[in-house]
Order: sequence, then structure tokens, then C-alpha cells
Amino acid sequence: MNKPLKIVVLAKQVPDTRNVGKDAMKADGTVNRAVLPAIFNPEDLNALEQALRLKDKIQGSTVHILTMGPYRAADIIREGLFRGTDGGILLTDRKFAGSDTLATSYALSCALKKMNPDLIIAGRQAIDGDTAQVGPQVAEKLNIPQVTYAEEIIGFEGDKLIIKRRLDRGVETVSSPVPMVVTVNGSAPECRPKHAKLVMKYKHAKTIFEVQNLEEDYYMELRKSREYLTIPEWGVADVDAEDPQLGLTGSPTKVKKIENVVFQAKEAKRFTSAEEDINGLIKELIASHILG
Amino acid sequence: MNNIFVYCEIEDGKIVDVSLELLTKGRELADKLGCSLEALAVGYKLDGIENGLYEYGADTVHIADDERLAPYRTLPHTAIVCGIFKEEKPQIALFGATPIGRDLGPRVSSKLYSGLTADCTSLEIGDHSDAKSGTEYKDLLYQIRPAFGGNIIATIINPDKRPQMATVREGVMKKEKYAKAKQGEVKRLDVNKYLNDSDFVVNIIDRHMEAKKVDIKNSPVIISGGYGVGSKENFGLLYQLADVLGGEVGASRAAVDAGFADHERQVGQTGVTVRPKLYIACGISGQIQHTAGMDESSMIISINTDPEAPINKIADYAITGDVMDIIPKIIRAYKENSK
Repeated sequence: MNKPLKIVVLAKQVPDTRNVGKDAMKADGTVNRAVLPAIFNPEDLNALEQALRLKDKIQGSTVHILTMGPYRAADIIREGLFRGTDGGILLTDRKFAGSDTLATSYALSCALKKMNPDLIIAGRQAIDGDTAQVGPQVAEKLNIPQVTYAEEIIGFEGDKLIIKRRLDRGVETVSSPVPMVVTVNGSAPECRPKHAKLVMKYKHAKTIFEVQNLEEDYYMELRKSREYLTIPEWGVADVDAEDPQLGLTGSPTKVKKIENVVFQAKEAKRFTSAEEDINGLIKELIASHILG
Repeated sequence: MNNIFVYCEIEDGKIVDVSLELLTKGRELADKLGCSLEALAVGYKLDGIENGLYEYGADTVHIADDERLAPYRTLPHTAIVCGIFKEEKPQIALFGATPIGRDLGPRVSSKLYSGLTADCTSLEIGDHSDAKSGTEYKDLLYQIRPAFGGNIIATIINPDKRPQMATVREGVMKKEKYAKAKQGEVKRLDVNKYLNDSDFVVNIIDRHMEAKKVDIKNSPVIISGGYGVGSKENFGLLYQLADVLGGEVGASRAAVDAGFADHERQVGQTGVTVRPKLYIACGISGQIQHTAGMDESSMIISINTDPEAPINKIADYAITGDVMDIIPKIIRAYKENSK
């Protein structure tokens, strides 16, 4: 099948939990999100690359990013535009706050029903939760097949999409009809870099919210003539979502307790790197039969 | 009704370790709650599979045996699991946090509108009072897991929706034969009651599975490297030490992410949990994400340039210095003294 594909990439803006410094925790023990850089979730970039490759392969195909989050998540839609997407939608509403994976999946599935894509591609999991649940939960909400752990979306054979999966102990190649959801592994090829020309074209792409908050919008006129500079924002009403399934109310899982990680301090026996110190330690370990 | 279900994975006709570990945990929870423990085995040619499940405490074994159910595919397994859950209404359902469990669990939770907590490191039974509504909940499943890059430990509950679902990684729970194991009851499912043609639209064209290459879980000595080791080349020294001491090489997530070691060597919440006799942590700072997977080691030695590294709080011996300098000294000292 070489009919143009409408592809939607599900992406999330996440705090960079891989680079948590000493100032990441506030004095009261809560996480200080403000000091953590917000980044494009790494495996969502792998997903984006797979989408862009399909777009390169099948003429006339389009790639849009759908992200749910606060206003600043518009950053990753711009980042997608810089790398070659055709557009993106920011799903944002106070009513989404406090969503667990299931409520998130519901909200995303409502937006996806409106977008009506042929193919939905997402990263396997996000680094702030590592749950890997949203992809499969969205697929179920839309009642379409899913293929997880994809390493390569190879292309169509007839009307079926061929996908290579990476599992713990091997690889599997599967075929599935579309529409479907594919979640992509970190072992898939890295995303292409930003393209200078696209950065120039889209750097003033903004959501309505961002435009409202500009002191002066020098690009107001430009925006009127260039529709692609406006990033659409959708709220609950735009996607016909039902309140009871959203946010905290729509989340079956609740956080009962959060504890900071406090190590139980015990006295470690200290050694320097001096030869005799190491020798002493090894002798001790052999004597106590820890080492044979 | 209101029992505990464990979805049991079968590989080459054998029940995988994580499922037996979950049965052991499930047995403990079932005894606490006074309910029964039920195993669900979905696959093909499962004759006799129940015996291995009784040994680990299952009271009842539900078997869905059909040619089309192996190897695993998402949709038919989802249909069977959801079908049986709708009939049996379990209060708790446990899945291995394996490629299969992490593919199936969320799909089932989405279909049943039930909450799922991924990669739990501990499961307990406890009460909860909801401050807002004043509702008291008895005997909920506390699903405990590190979150936010391991900087916090969260206790998650599902107060209202059933089943309360959780996935747990292999090696996190202990696998133990049940002392009071007995011949239970087998229930063979009529699979056609649950399956539709539309469950078989995804086809497996090709499949290459390899035996597990490294098995760090069962190694008595583990030499583990972190980001502080510096490079894949420097990891070579860890392999040398592992060779000399008869151990395996492990790695922190940061080291795996940086490409210093393969994922199958990753120790911690998103890798394997290990309990060796000796764990040597080289250039590992000691984030909870990592320590959750190794803090039950009998003895921990840390090698770190930072004397204040959090790993030293759980280490028995802390060597302050550079890994590249110290490992050769350990190798020399061991060779001299072990004869």
C-alpha cells in the first residue's frame, strides 16, 4: 500500500530525570521541577524518526505530534517542526491535571478520534515514569491493534504494516493492519537533527496562549498569512472528552504516600587507594570466605 | 470471587521465574487476605503445567490451551485475561514486568478501567482513609515503587477499581516453594467463548529467540560499573576482575544509557535485582533506582572518588579513589593472597 499515510506521534515533555543534581530536591523534600530541564522524551524521539522515515518513503504522508501537558509543552511541537513534522497539537486543560496513565490515555484517545490517523507511533515509555502503559492503553481505548518494542517499521506488504520488534531475548517480525499503535524502543535509530531551514521557518510558531503573553508580537501580521505558525491548542471541549474520565477523578490509581529517598546511614569501613589498604581488605575478605 | 490472580508466562513449555516469584508473593498476600490464589496459564500444549504452579502455592489453575495462543500475541491474550477477570472478579492481579506483561497489563487495565502500577519493588496489604470523602478502605494493595528517576518512593493504591493490578520485574520477589502446597483444582477454559477472529489480525512472520546470554542474577560475585567508570573500554578492567574473582559484570542504568554495557547487565529498578555474596560497585553514585536492585547483597564494596557518594551509606567497605587505579591493585592483592 503506497497510499499517503496520516501519522500521529505521541510525545511527552519530561523533566530530565537522568541529570538530577543535588539541587533537584527542595528543602521540604519535594522534587524541584523548576531546576530540571524539560526535554523531549528520548524514546518519543526514536518514535518520531520512524514516523519521518515513513513520510520520506511514502509520498504525500504527513506527521503530526500530539502532546498533552502544560503550555510549555509547546516546545516539543516546535522541536518536531524543526525536525520535519507537518504540525502538532497541544492538548492542554486544567481538567487533565493529576491524570494517571489511564486518564492520560483516555484524553489522548479522544484527541486521536478527532485527528483520525492511519498510524499512531509513540515511544515505548517516558523517563519520568518508566511505565510503558500509555501506548497499549491508547490502542485499547481506540480498539485497534498494538505492536510494542518496535525497532523498525519496515513498510507495507499489501495492506499490512511490517514491524520488527526487539524483545529481551530476540527479535520478532510481525504484520498488522492499520490503523494501529506502534511503540518504539530506545534501540531504534536516533532521531535526525534539527534542520536549519526548518528552524528558520518555524521558530516563531506559537500557541494562542504564547502569543497572548508576548509583550509585543512583531509577527502578528506574518501569523495571519502563515497558518503554520499557529500551533493549535485543544482543551476538553475540543475533543469531546467526558469529565469523569479525566484528571484525578478519572485515575483509578492514587498516590497514597511519597517518601524521599533517605539512605539508612551505617558506617562503611573506609579504605584509601594505597596498596597496603587494598591488600588488607582482600585478606579480610578471603579470611571471612567472602572470596574463595 | 475476590481472589488473587497471577498471569503465568510460559516459555518453551516452562513457567518463567518471574511468574513463580509472583506466585510466592501472591501466596503470602492471599494468606493475609484469607482468599485463594489462582494462576492463569495461557498458551499451547500446557498438559501438566498445573503441577509446577501448585508447588508455588496456587489453589486453582485456569488453563487456556489453544494452538493460536502461542507464541504470545497481544489481542488474544487480552481477550482471555479480560474474559476470565470479568467472570471471576479478582481483587488483585499480578503480571511479570516482562516484554509480555508490560504489553498485556496496560491493555487489560485499559479495557477493564482498572489501575495498573508498573515495576513495583514491594507489595503490601494495608488500609487507607480518604481524607476528602472520609471513606475507609480496608486491605488495599499497596503498590510501592521508586519514581521520578528514583528520587522518591511512591506508594500507589487503587481504592475503587478492581482488580488492583501491578507488574513486578524478575528477581525482585523471592521464589520459594510453598510448604503447604497441595493438589489444587484445574479449570480448563473454553477459549472460543472469549476469542473472535478480529483478535488474530496481527501475525508473527518471523521469530528469533536466543537463550539468555548472561545471567548475572545467579552470580555469587558481581562487579558493577557506573557512569563514573568513564568508557566502554574502561569497563574491560571490570571484566578482568570478574574473571579473576569468578563473577559477572553488572552496570548501572547511567552506564547502560551511555553505551558502556549491554542492557542485560543492568542492575536496578529497570534492570535485574541481584543478591550476590559480594557486590563491588565501581564508580556508581548510588541512586535508589540502582540500590533497589542490589541492596540485599551480603556484602557491598564501593569504589568511588567521592567519599560522600550515597552508595557509601549502604556499603560495608568504601574505597575512596579512582576505579582504574584500584581494580588492578585488587587483582594483584587477590592473586597474591588467594593461594
